[in-house]
Amino acid sequence: MDQRQTASAQAASDAAIVVCELQCRRGDRVLFAPTSFVVASGTIVWVRGANGQGKTTLLRTLAGLSSPAAGEIVRTGSRPPLYLAHANALKDDLTVAESLRFLLQLAGEPISAAAIDAALERLGVASRRNAFVRTLSQGQRRRVALARLAAQREPLPWLLDEPFDALDASGVAVVADVIAEHARRGGSVVLTSHLPVPIDAPVPTVVQLHEPAMA
Amino acid sequence: MSTTFAVLVGRDLRLAARRRIDAALPIAFFTVAISLFPLGVGPEPQTLRQIAPGVVWVAALLAAMLSVTQLYATDLADGSLEQMLLVPDARLAIAAAKAASHWLVTGLPLVVAAPVFGVMFDLSREAIAALVASLVLGTPVLSLLGGLGAALTLGLRSGAVLLILIIVPLCIPALIFGAGAVAAVDAGQSARGHYSLLGAVLIFTAVLAPLATAAALRIATE
Repeated sequence: MDQRQTASAQAASDAAIVVCELQCRRGDRVLFAPTSFVVASGTIVWVRGANGQGKTTLLRTLAGLSSPAAGEIVRTGSRPPLYLAHANALKDDLTVAESLRFLLQLAGEPISAAAIDAALERLGVASRRNAFVRTLSQGQRRRVALARLAAQREPLPWLLDEPFDALDASGVAVVADVIAEHARRGGSVVLTSHLPVPIDAPVPTVVQLHEPAMA
Repeated sequence: MSTTFAVLVGRDLRLAARRRIDAALPIAFFTVAISLFPLGVGPEPQTLRQIAPGVVWVAALLAAMLSVTQLYATDLADGSLEQMLLVPDARLAIAAAKAASHWLVTGLPLVVAAPVFGVMFDLSREAIAALVASLVLGTPVLSLLGGLGAALTLGLRSGAVLLILIIVPLCIPALIFGAGAVAAVDAGQSARGHYSLLGAVLIFTAVLAPLATAAALRIATE
């Protein structure tokens, strides 16, 4: 118990991700002006910017899927962050429970059927656990993809691309709750959202992406 | 790495089982293509025996190319590929798992069905055994190279045409030694040289194709 407390206290003082003068490129175009920020453990960073400003590219770069055009990203911790993209990564021909199990197994999460059920229950899709993904609505698919977050216990950094997209009001409330809980456990979160983020504790830090200066 | 491999193969086999009609398309193509030859060429047993190894091998090659185009495309489209690539050091496992599941779903049925076509073309028992042996050694090469082509053309429009242009030339050694083994046995010679070369091609491809596929996946998803 003591050990765990010291470990989490230590983690809280650490920065999970440090971003220094980062610029990203898509094709030939530089997407945003050099951006620096620190994602400390236990905090939520809300990346804002106009459409096409590079929010998704920024998250992909933080996840390590693309390389930065300039600047540096320092990630502490040995395990890669959990990246939840705009696409849900669900297969039409798998059931809800199978899809979630696959994503968790892939990420190396220890999983039990009970944990999967609990995560689906939290997101309100437990009744569809044996339904094929192709029979779900957009909102339900998003809930299944987000159930990964509810099944995750370790304080990994989360990179969430529009997590509230396609969700109804109750879905938004549940997801906001899951995210806030993760931050309070010492995890860190970077998210994009075009809607206001309904989380009060901890208050999200806003990082605004700006147009790059004309070269 | 080995768990990623097992998880991916398990998922791909399950998906193939859920879409049996789609999964059966290559073997259906293989069957139809081979069955048309006796009708087109004529029922002369001597001629059929002579062309049989080449016909079966060409049909196997085309069936593999036909089915490999979508190997990574759907995973790219629905975001699954990104999730796979996020697993640290998993690119090799992804490439190997995709090729393995492609072989299990398309290559293995061709191997199993081949004796039937051997009988249809009036091959001797020894020649049929040689046909099966050459397909066992050769079809994994087609899956490995096909996986490489699918990764190289990932995200391109008209990628399927490009894939065939890139990969078919690389498959030619397997085609030559595979069909050659059967022809040698049919002519009463030893096929050991052909098997050795085919085995060497398989080892060479098994070592290098996943590495190249892993690099291609990285480029495609940058």
